[in-house]
Amino acid sequence: MRLTRVFTLAAALLAVASAAHAQVSDGVIKIGVLNDQSSLYADLAGQGSVVAARMAVEDFGADKKGMKVEIISADHQNKPDVGSQIARQWLDADKVDVIVDVPNSGVALAVNQIIRDKGKAFLVSGAASSDLTGKACSPNTIHWTYDTWALANGTGNAIVKTGGDTWFFLTADYAFGHALERDVEAVVVKNGGKVVGKVRHPLNTQDFSSFLLQAQASKAKIIGLANAGGDTTNAIKQGSEFGIARGGQNFAGLLVFITDVHALGLEKAQGLMFTETFYWDMNDRTRAFSTKFAERNRGIHPTMIHAGVYSSVLHYLKAVEALKGDDGTKVIAKMKEMPTDDPLFGKGTVRPDGRKIHPAYLFEVKKPSESKGAWDYYKTRATIPAEQAFRPLDQGDCPLVKK
Amino acid sequence: MTIFGIPPQALFGQLLIGLINGAFYAMLSLGLSVIFGLLNIINFAHGALYMMGAFVAYFALQWAGIGYWPSLLIGPLVVGLVGIVLERTMLKRLYHLDHLYGLLLTFGIALVIQGVFRNEFGSSGLPYGIPKQLQGGYNLGFMFLPMYRAWVIVFSLVVCLGTWYVIERTRLGSYLRAATENPALVQAFGINVPRMITLTYGFGVALAALAGVLAAPIYQVNPLMGADLIIVVFAVVVIGGMGSILGSIVTGFALGVVEGFTKVFYPEASNTVIFVIMALVLLVRPAGLFGRTA
Repeated sequence: MRLTRVFTLAAALLAVASAAHAQVSDGVIKIGVLNDQSSLYADLAGQGSVVAARMAVEDFGADKKGMKVEIISADHQNKPDVGSQIARQWLDADKVDVIVDVPNSGVALAVNQIIRDKGKAFLVSGAASSDLTGKACSPNTIHWTYDTWALANGTGNAIVKTGGDTWFFLTADYAFGHALERDVEAVVVKNGGKVVGKVRHPLNTQDFSSFLLQAQASKAKIIGLANAGGDTTNAIKQGSEFGIARGGQNFAGLLVFITDVHALGLEKAQGLMFTETFYWDMNDRTRAFSTKFAERNRGIHPTMIHAGVYSSVLHYLKAVEALKGDDGTKVIAKMKEMPTDDPLFGKGTVRPDGRKIHPAYLFEVKKPSESKGAWDYYKTRATIPAEQAFRPLDQGDCPLVKK
Repeated sequence: MTIFGIPPQALFGQLLIGLINGAFYAMLSLGLSVIFGLLNIINFAHGALYMMGAFVAYFALQWAGIGYWPSLLIGPLVVGLVGIVLERTMLKRLYHLDHLYGLLLTFGIALVIQGVFRNEFGSSGLPYGIPKQLQGGYNLGFMFLPMYRAWVIVFSLVVCLGTWYVIERTRLGSYLRAATENPALVQAFGINVPRMITLTYGFGVALAALAGVLAAPIYQVNPLMGADLIIVVFAVVVIGGMGSILGSIVTGFALGVVEGFTKVFYPEASNTVIFVIMALVLLVRPAGLFGRTA
């Protein structure tokens, strides 16, 4: 009896000691890519994000450094309950150390809380809600690629300043749409513009004609699309059918990805202005990455979400290497401490509230005559420097930030 | 003047939009009704075949430069043939079994078709333009009506009423209806019933493909376009009464209008309103509005 007790105590002590020593738990770093793999956001994130994570592991040289990294993925079907269940299963049973991507702010906010409770790491690339570094900020989460505040700040400002001062919102009716609408409305009002109406449509709506009619009746100069993916492309395509532009109104695509432009075709998409933090054709390094990426992703060029997954996984692995351990909370703290540097976003930092900082760009979609072929779609209208691209640290109400 | 706080012009606009969307519901539920009425198969593959219709139009344009008008014929023909192959090789083995088997088989077929297309073409959809002759629109005063939408509503009304006429008012239709009541007897009169059933399935499926071609210029040509629509269409069929031809046409248009108005008064519920109606109708009239109680 006594002997067993001694052994137990010794074992417990050893366990504590080894934890203090900070090792990679169970010898493997397991990355879970959780996103929409089958529905309207599957092309802008989906399997492409898995490819991006894999490329990050390869470029980091995990094999040569003797680190074992494993990548798994799952489809959350845009349902917070499904996403939460997968996250729990991954963290509790499958020993996943870090969850990445998670487009759909509704799912991301749910997973954010679970990861915080379990002390793991969360690298958000796909979700947009600026609440992830605001009210819902967490010591276990980094919001990497973009957020609704940055989109509002980039696109909203530019449009109001060029005379688009009355707005009507078509908003996807869930956490993301609401956050985007809120952030854009704030920018519009601050610049002296006015919101004359809004309508909230269910996620994944096929027919927008009824909403477009309401937008036309409002006489607003700008129809702000606070939605994404298939919802945005359907609204724009049907908008051209209903003569939105001929009636003197213009769309503001508040979150547009290159896959959406590809799906619409330049004929329909030309002239659209929007904010993104990455475009494949910016410099030699982004082009090299994108060529390799497209070969592995059915020819689809990387969206900024894919780029963000690559960049965040790369930085995560660097932090694990520096820390020689994969404790979620510690790795995130280390990631905030280390400056970031990668081929896609260049040099940057991660703020205490979990916001990754890099420049944003105001892009305009080329006319068909300006484009050299498929995927040659954007021209840069303005560069928003890193320090102005995101919400100032003290304005987010993040409890982690000391005032 | 306003009606429930909304100017009447806006309501007219929404009424028209509702009818246009109803046209798609009507064409799809019509095909389902024909198939269910004559084959007793609940065809869950209908949405996938509708999607294939749109893709046939897209391929015809991309690979062969064949435009919209010929596609209105080619789409239904190609998909109709696919349907005939499905019926000959698989469905015909299930006629003597419970509905459930047909439902499971066609659901499986739908998943396979959708999965293959999604894998190959992604989920964001492919562009397909409106034909030149139908670009532009009419200013009706209370709304801007795109010419293409006007065409959709007229064309689908003609197709729906034509189908109803053939089935309810012609000799061929009477054979079909007789064959569902008593196949053995009809066969005894020298009519090839199995062939008739195969062709009926092909026709029902071709209707779905035709709706797909009509939809291609409005929505993106998207592997998921059928999956998004089919559940609503099933609700339409249930509300109208399983197997009732006229019921599915009338209900299709009516529910399009109801959905359109919901998008004005309470847009958040526009996805669910049809199912609420379905539940209510089933409570009051389990056989559907136009169905015959067995």
